[in-house]
Formats: sequence, C-alpha cells, structure tokens
Amino acid sequence: MRFVHSTTRPSRKREDTVLSFIGRSVIQKTITLFFVSIVSFLIIHLAPGEPSQVDPLNPKFTPEMVERFRKEFHLDEPLHIQYTYFYRDLLTGKTVSWKDNQSVLGKIWERFLNSLPLFIVGTIITWTLSFPVGIRSAIFRGGLYDRNATFFSYLLISIPGFFFAYILIIFVVTQFHVPVIGLKTFGIGDAAWPRLFMDRVWHLLLPSILGATGGIAILSRYVRSQMLEVEGQDYVRTARAKGVPEEQVHYKHALRNALLPFVTMFGLILPGLIGGSVIIESIFSWPGMGRMAFEAILARDYPVILTVNFISAVLVLAGTFVSDLLYLVVDPRIRL
Amino acid sequence: MDNGKDILLSVQDLKVYFHLNQRLAQAVDGVSYEVRKGETVCLVGESGCGKTVSALTTLGLIPQPPGEIAGGQVLFKGQNLLDLGDDEMQKIRGNHIAMVFQEPMTSLNPVFTVGDQVQEAIMVHEKVSKTELRQRSVQLLEDVGLPAPEERLADYPHQLSGGQRQRVMIAMALACNPEVVIADEPTTALDVTIQAQILNLFGELQRERDLSLLYITHDLGVVANIADRIYIMYAGIIVEQGSAPEIFHDPRHPYTQGLLASLPNRAKRGARLHSIPGTVPDPAYKPGGCPFHPRCNLAIETCQSRFPEMCDYGNGHQSRCPVLYDGNG
Repeated sequence: MRFVHSTTRPSRKREDTVLSFIGRSVIQKTITLFFVSIVSFLIIHLAPGEPSQVDPLNPKFTPEMVERFRKEFHLDEPLHIQYTYFYRDLLTGKTVSWKDNQSVLGKIWERFLNSLPLFIVGTIITWTLSFPVGIRSAIFRGGLYDRNATFFSYLLISIPGFFFAYILIIFVVTQFHVPVIGLKTFGIGDAAWPRLFMDRVWHLLLPSILGATGGIAILSRYVRSQMLEVEGQDYVRTARAKGVPEEQVHYKHALRNALLPFVTMFGLILPGLIGGSVIIESIFSWPGMGRMAFEAILARDYPVILTVNFISAVLVLAGTFVSDLLYLVVDPRIRL
Repeated sequence: MDNGKDILLSVQDLKVYFHLNQRLAQAVDGVSYEVRKGETVCLVGESGCGKTVSALTTLGLIPQPPGEIAGGQVLFKGQNLLDLGDDEMQKIRGNHIAMVFQEPMTSLNPVFTVGDQVQEAIMVHEKVSKTELRQRSVQLLEDVGLPAPEERLADYPHQLSGGQRQRVMIAMALACNPEVVIADEPTTALDVTIQAQILNLFGELQRERDLSLLYITHDLGVVANIADRIYIMYAGIIVEQGSAPEIFHDPRHPYTQGLLASLPNRAKRGARLHSIPGTVPDPAYKPGGCPFHPRCNLAIETCQSRFPEMCDYGNGHQSRCPVLYDGNG
C-alpha cells in the first residue's frame, strides 16, 4: 500500500467563491427584505389608531372629513392593495408624508445629513477609546489601571443617559458659557467663519460624547474579555516560547485574533444611523432621523414610519453583508 | 557519559507552587534532572504530576501569579535562567532552548500562514535577508518531512492535518538550531500511526543535529525507542531515575513497576491489563510521607509518615523506595 500525499488545492479559486457568495447573499437578502416589508406593514396597520383618528376632538374633523381622508390615502381598501400602493410609491420615489404632503425621501435625506456627523463623531470616539482601554486592561489584568477602568465603565453603564446629559449640559454651559442645544446657535448666521466653525463643533461635541459614553463602557469591557480569552490560548504561549518580544505577543499574535468578532460588530453599527440616537436628539433638539421617526410615530404618519423602517431593514441587511465580507478578508478559516 | 562540562540543562531542586483560592498547589516540589549534550532524556509521569510545569518553568513560561517559583535553579550552561530578566530570557527562548507543545491543533496561530510563523521564529533571533529567510523555512519544512514545502508556506494552519501541524511546530522549534528541544507530549493528540512517524522524526533529527532532547510523556511505551535516560515523576517529585535499559528491565520503584506492568504489549493475550489502583493526588492535597503510599501494594507503616530519600543503585540509577532497597524503609 502506498500513501500518496495529497497536494491538490481546492480547484475553485477564492475569487470565484467570493463572487458566488455575493450573488447568493444579494438574492437571500432580497427575499428577507420582502418578508420584512410585509411584517412591518402589517404591524403598523394592525396597531390601534389610524391617521384619520389622531385628533377626533378637533371640530374640523367631521365624519365626512374622516371619510374623505380615508379615501384619499386608500385606507378604505384591503390591506394587500394598500401594501402594493405603498411599495409602488416607495420604489418609484413618489411617497409623500400624510402630514405635510412633502416627499418622504427628501425629508429623510435632509434629516440623514443632520444625523450623519453625530453618528460619525460618536462612532469614532467610541471605537478609538474602547480598544486602547480594553486592551490595556486585559494586558495588565487585575492591576490598578484595570480596576479603575472597570469601575468607570460600570459607572457609565449605570448612569442613565438623559441624566448624564443634563449634568454635561449644565457643566459646559456654566463653565464655558457656550450654547449647546440644537444644530447651531440661533441667529449666528453672519458671524466670521472661525466662530461659526467653533459653534458647530461645540454643538456637535456634547451629543457625540454622550452618545459614545455608553458605547465606550460596554465595548471596552467586551474588548477586554475578548483579549483575555485570546491571551490564554495555546498559540500565544507558542509565540512566547519562540522568543517573540512581549509587545509583539500582545499586539500581533493576540490582538489579531481578538479583533475578529469586532469585525462583525462593525457591520452592525450601520443601522445605528437611524434608531441609535432618538433620546439624545430629543434632549439636544437635534433635527436628526431618530427624532423625525419618533414624531412620525406620534402623528401616525404611515409613509414616513414605513419608509424609515424599510431603510433600517436595508441598513441591517447591508450591515450583515459587509460583516460577512470583512470576515472573509480577515479570517482565513472562513469557508463559504 | 561522564559528569561535568557536557551537562547543558540542569534543573536543581525546582519548586513551583500555584496559589489557587487560598489553597497551595505544590505542582513541582523539589525536582532535579539534567540533560547532557546530544542525549534524549525522558520525563515520564501521569497527567497532573508536574512534568509540564517543570518544563514550562525552564523557559519562564509560568504565569506569575498564580504561579510561584518557590526554590531551586534552572541552569543552562551553568547560568541560572531563573535570574534572567525578560529581555535576556527572550534570547534564550527559541534560540537556545526551544519547545514543542502537546496540542498541535491549537498551538499554531490560526490567522497567520505557516510561512509567516516559521519565518518569525528565525526573524526574532537572527537578521537575515528575505530570500534567505524563505530558503531556510523551506529547508526546515523539508527537514521535518512536510510534502511540497514551498506550497505549504502559503497555507494556513487549518489547512493542515494534526500531524502536519506538529511537523510545523517542530520546524519552528528547530528554526534557530537550538541546543535543547523540550517536547511536551508532542504525540499525545495524534493518531497512533502519526505518533510513530513523529517519534521517528524526533529520533532522526536528534541524531542528525546532535540535539539534546527533553521528551515529556505519560506513555512509557513511547519512550522505549528514543530514550537514553528516563526520569519517572510522581506528584511533583522524581521517584526513579536511570538509564533506559535499567528502568525497563530493572525498575526499582513500585510506581515504575506498575507503569511497566500496565503496558499492553507486556500483557499476555486475553489477560486483564494491569492498572495501578487510585489516581494521582491533587497537588493541593498531597498525602504525607511517601506520596505514592495510598496506591502502593508494598507500602508499610513508615511510608505514611516518612518522606523517602533517594536510594542509589549505582550507575546513576536511583529510586525513592527504601522498602524495595533494604526491605524496612
């Protein structure tokens, strides 16, 4: 009997598998999106209350008015007809808000541009602070630094966001005498550009920091535990036994493995663009997406609610797709 | 084989304790052994007897805390490694003393290629050009019997079998031509046929390169072919030591005798396989006197109270069983 060492490689190239993976997930995610659209449509429409009944005590709301309203927005039709009307309008870009008759996509885009800087700055603060803190805590486990970091992260996790927000606002306003509510100071329009710029920075900074604190507290804990787990692995000991210097053992051999799960998380922060900051936007009167969605729900403005819902679903699916692709890049063990 | 200058690695009265939840686990409790140039020394004992801990200590790989080196010396070419700082110890690890671990499946870093990891083993100790680095890694992989070594460089560990991964680990250990290689149960996690291959590989490499090999195992059967000298460890101490033929043909400790009787190839076909009753004591709750006495069929009353001294049988053959030595403890 002869043993033949197998040296054949998998015949399909990695590029091909990646392409077929992309094709397959686009199809799968489209199907998922279809079901999400049905379920979210049903939930909104089956929930008690209707746009025509938001304000029944208003003397202008005669039964004829309500009837006209229902007819105009097809609320008297069966649900599946309403469903096709809505998604036909959405996909052709003709959806309008029932409240002010403006284009929903235009409204969302405007609010999105307001939310974006808040989201980006908040995310950058969260991720750039959590990793160094978590990694250092893990390397010097049980030391003074680790114990302090643990204390402060639990402190930040336990303080309610709105409470912390008011403390921050009071502190900044009384100490630095800068206004922080809203996008920018009212009536500052014609000031010189450095002042305009600083005004925007101050207004952006506080809500971003606030949005980041909870994230830093939780993410740094997660980084720490992930790093600790990897530090105990056999291959870290192997690296040490080879004579690899200590910093390289931590930052090359351990960290590279500890980072893998965060790649998944990175894709999943995309949906945070929409729902992540309702409370903060409300506190700071920030005209962003979260606040718009919140107000639309109060007004039973179905087109706005459903469109925001649809976009978040798309963002979630896009996020998981991006995570999968990133995982493919960073983890050689992933087979499709 | 005479004493003196050709002793490369000498562990003397090493004590390593672990502090666990207010208990003190005396994992290694006064162990001495030595490895001479070009010889294969086997450290044999059951799981939990402290053999791995003593090996890790020689490379300074015991995490402290919870570990504590409570005493003894690890002399490498006369220098006490326990006195060295981190930077100096790094130059020893992999360069002069290298180690191969038990679990090939988890001992290689999953996110780096085989080539990266073998080359790193060279790079951390020597400054060499890229082409030379590549040549040397290919040569190393070839030396350890990996097929198509050029192609293996680009492979990730998960693409290799357990035996192949262990060969890569051995290649990494040999990367800087160390004087001593410590192999900690390198075949335990492998299939029996692969075990034999790896064992033969160790034998070949040891002869070709004049390596000193410290081979740690729980399986006396494995060491018969390669060992020059054998140390039998039990519950943190050496209970018997001697040349391989003496240990195999003239064991002078009841524990060694029990181990030998438990080997399948010594039993008659159809007969029940011998086993030593009981289990290795927890390092935190060791029995007093001779640690082996609760499991020993020769134990007499003094065994419960008196710690056995080494009894000399000449030619470096020593055993910690006074009962077998002169019959009265």
